[in-house]
Amino acid sequence: MNPVSKRRREFLGTAATIAGAMIAPGVFLYDYAHGKAPGEAASGKVRWGMLIDTTKCASGCRDCVDACNQENGLPGTTRPTDSQWIRKVDLKDLKTGKAISAPVMCQHCADPPCVDVCPTGASFKRADGIVLVDRHTCIGCRYCMMACPYKARSFVHEPTTGQKPDVPRGKGCVESCTLCVHKVDRGGTPSCVEACAAAGHHAIVFGDLNDPQSEISKRVRAVATTQLRADLRTDNGVRYQGI
Amino acid sequence: MRAAGILRAAIVATLLLSGSAMGPVASAAGPALDPPRSGPCVEDPKLMRRSHMEFLRHDRDDTVRRGIRPVKHSLAACVDCHANAKDGQVLGSEQHFCQGCHSYAAVKPDCFGCHASTARPATTASAGAAGSLR
Ligand code: SF4
Ligand code: SF4
Repeated sequence: MNPVSKRRREFLGTAATIAGAMIAPGVFLYDYAHGKAPGEAASGKVRWGMLIDTTKCASGCRDCVDACNQENGLPGTTRPTDSQWIRKVDLKDLKTGKAISAPVMCQHCADPPCVDVCPTGASFKRADGIVLVDRHTCIGCRYCMMACPYKARSFVHEPTTGQKPDVPRGKGCVESCTLCVHKVDRGGTPSCVEACAAAGHHAIVFGDLNDPQSEISKRVRAVATTQLRADLRTDNGVRYQGI
Repeated sequence: MRAAGILRAAIVATLLLSGSAMGPVASAAGPALDPPRSGPCVEDPKLMRRSHMEFLRHDRDDTVRRGIRPVKHSLAACVDCHANAKDGQVLGSEQHFCQGCHSYAAVKPDCFGCHASTARPATTASAGAAGSLR
């Protein structure tokens, strides 16, 4: 970079900082931790993510799964064709005997293969990193289910009843964990995270990975965390500790 | 095809319902619908009869794609206001708001294959009415 453009960049950087300080000297217009006011569009300044501490996740506990089913109006049954947005996975290292149990849901990839293959644009990533299916556009082709390395998506095979007003779902569409987007948009926390905390495990932290002050960012800075199948380079929003 | 069907139905509904006041109407002028729960509609009822599907289509994209929750034309807010006082439903009989008008106009609404046809609990619903939080 030539010296002039470097100086220019430095100047622009300083100018932006000063402007920012002048607009909001220590005062935030709304709860910054939640990224946006309900009437505002999702912004790329935020990257929602989760950190799952497998050392705190109890084998046999299904509180997160039950909370997800309850929140999103899923039947909670496990016939081969039933929807599962989150499942508990138990793993054991055969050499050492180390066993872990952890929930696995949509990893909210920054480079989501499901979005790449979707022929209609129904699978999409919101500006704030939440990967969703727009059921108005989904034709039920299930390419995304094939492309997802985490088996995160389900197809609705039967007519649905008892949907939650905030979580429409119906026959013929693909669906998966939405990060409880209807709650997050109103400043809330995903139901699995709340249920895990209510049970005293506190194994899941939810927050903005882009905000250096958020709990999740501090934890990700302080401890070694892993993305599942990091070799696939999908850059997951869900990270695991202790695997 | 579907757009044409909706348009035809909208015209039929407009012709049949124009002149009928909000509230139960048991005459040849239109279906006898449950009265809405409270307050005026977010738009002029005549405009709503003709264009509600357009409004819903635009605002749903803002909500689903961009995460804007308090939209003016929210289907959940429609349901909150127009649900039957007894069973909290907009579907079920010819008096129920959505089913009554749609079957009168011989159009099948697609929305409720996926969307709940039941009003939200009062606390969320009042938040919904205030800002159409959806
Ligand atoms: S985990 Fe699967 S469904 Fe979720 S964003 Fe990644 S590829 Fe898509
Ligand atoms: S964030 Fe919500 S939708 Fe996703 S797994 Fe947790 S409870 Fe289920």
